[in-house]
Amino acid sequence: MWAYVANRIGLAAVVVLIALSVNFAIPRIMPGDPVEQQLAAISAAGGQTGDMAEAAKALRQRFQLDRPIWEQYLGYLWNVARADLGVSVANYPQRVSEIVLSGLPWTVGLLGLSTLISFGLGTLTGALMAWPSAPRALRLLALPLVLVSAIPYFVIGLVLLALLGIVWPILPVAGGYPFGQVMNADLPTALGVLKHGILPALSIVLASLGAWALAMRGMVVSVLGEDYMMLAEAKGLTERRIFLAYGVRNALLPQFTQLALKLGALVSGAILVEVIFAYPGIGYKLYVAIGQKDVFVVQGIVLLLSLSIAAAMLILDLFYPLIDPRVAARSS
Amino acid sequence: MSRHALSVRSLTVEFATARGQARAVDEVSFDLVPGERLGLVGESGSGKTTTALSLLRLIRPPGRIVGGEIRIAGADVLAASPEELRRMRAARIALVPQGAMSALNPVLTCGAQFEDLFAAHGERGGAARIAALLASVGLEPQVAGFFPHQLSGGMKQRVCIALAVALRPSVIVADEPTSALDVIVQRQVLRTLVKAQKEAGAAIVMVGHDMGLMAQFAHRIGVMYAGRLVEIAPVRDIFADPRHPYTRALIESLPDLERRGEFRGLSGLPPSLLDLPPGCAFAPRCPRVVERCRVERPGPTLLAGGREARCHFAAEPVHAG
Repeated sequence: MWAYVANRIGLAAVVVLIALSVNFAIPRIMPGDPVEQQLAAISAAGGQTGDMAEAAKALRQRFQLDRPIWEQYLGYLWNVARADLGVSVANYPQRVSEIVLSGLPWTVGLLGLSTLISFGLGTLTGALMAWPSAPRALRLLALPLVLVSAIPYFVIGLVLLALLGIVWPILPVAGGYPFGQVMNADLPTALGVLKHGILPALSIVLASLGAWALAMRGMVVSVLGEDYMMLAEAKGLTERRIFLAYGVRNALLPQFTQLALKLGALVSGAILVEVIFAYPGIGYKLYVAIGQKDVFVVQGIVLLLSLSIAAAMLILDLFYPLIDPRVAARSS
Repeated sequence: MSRHALSVRSLTVEFATARGQARAVDEVSFDLVPGERLGLVGESGSGKTTTALSLLRLIRPPGRIVGGEIRIAGADVLAASPEELRRMRAARIALVPQGAMSALNPVLTCGAQFEDLFAAHGERGGAARIAALLASVGLEPQVAGFFPHQLSGGMKQRVCIALAVALRPSVIVADEPTSALDVIVQRQVLRTLVKAQKEAGAAIVMVGHDMGLMAQFAHRIGVMYAGRLVEIAPVRDIFADPRHPYTRALIESLPDLERRGEFRGLSGLPPSLLDLPPGCAFAPRCPRVVERCRVERPGPTLLAGGREARCHFAAEPVHAG
């Protein structure tokens, strides 16, 4: 048991170290010198022109690029450990960690909730679609679900925006909260945030519902053929019990893996949805940072993404034995 | 009729296929008295498993019970409403499944799988009752806390047997209960099954293709061929004096200590259920076939000692040759 936990934590640590190293290496392997690019950009923008060599040297010193590579690597690890991701190039001297953190709650809130909602709804719908004695109408849902989930979420977002924001303007079309609203922990703020979240959330839910439902339907169909399903019926269990504790319970296992991956990846935001709705989440920050060639912000967000995927996988690994007792046995 | 634990009359099961209705079980009838053990044998596709599962109405589409009557201690199985059927299962007629390896829910402990059985039938479970059931099949009480993957195949099948006798049903259906086990465990599990069946006072229908193994545990043997019950007789009689040529062929295919190395197989294959010969289904492979067999389907011939065989020549012993 503890060996399993230690094993999983060790594995996660290795994954994180590899992610950090790759994140450290990529900008240094890529062609082009970021310092010179930056100086060129500044002078092209009509900024200060002086002794270019001197300026480059100063910048190199500022970002410690003149040190030996192993020293840079250790320094980088040390900084990451202190949650110091450096400073933004485009919005100097704002810290990267500040920019990332200001977007994080919006993205986690929007994507976390909409992912959980579409997981729950989709999984239940999918399970019922496969269940032999469920209403026939449910089985006919398969086709519309396939069709809707084939539409990219940003297209759904645009359609919703046009319909509910412009043709019948009942919902706000941009931002994360009412313009000019002072953010307080009170009801009007909460309602405002909620109202602004509906359209982006709806487009994500609509786009991913079908995938959850279809995956679950497939799993339930294969579980239906298992010997334990027949024995459950032969035991005279109620259909409700067979459906939930035998059918859904076993079919859910791969769905949980998928959910953990989705939740791990959600800090990167649903970039296009956030951009369409000008939602102040991480995806939007990433979009802006890429436009401004703000290397350190992009790097910081990518790092956060790898860390949160590693964290999600670790949490899944630690919880999986509780939902599938066979897992702990196999790995120990 | 109600003195019978199980009474099956003209049971007929069909499977809808792209090429028409395949009659997997064709007018099968037999009775079991309480405590009696019937072994149902036949090659794969002969309809023995379909017959067994029909007794619990566990046939799934495209299969369908199209006719006949099944009574358990007088209660009509085929006329039962879904809720009545649910209550009958396990309480009056229980199943020991074929796939010992995967018949238990992998995510529930064995104890939980006893508890949900009791809960479904409005009975109180409890650790003591489960421990007693486990003990009756030779398992330790701790097994209740184990998940199926922590048990061996033989242990899992013992758990299934304990589940089957838990509510003291009148009839137990054991569908190839030992097919997934090795030979040594097979015998132990069958012995456990018979012991549990005797304690529960249940009649049992055991399906299998190992006639030798069946002979040691059954009172009577029913032989199925192409969906038909071609012969049914007490074990001793059927081995001493088979009345259907197919039964004889099956017996001759058994290995024997004295007759080492010499097996007599049966040439040919069973007919397709979609394209049965008009007369006797066995006629194309039968060593003593005559013209009548090809045109006229033999009905049941009742013989002394409660035996029955579906052969035009059932009244005379089948001679070798």
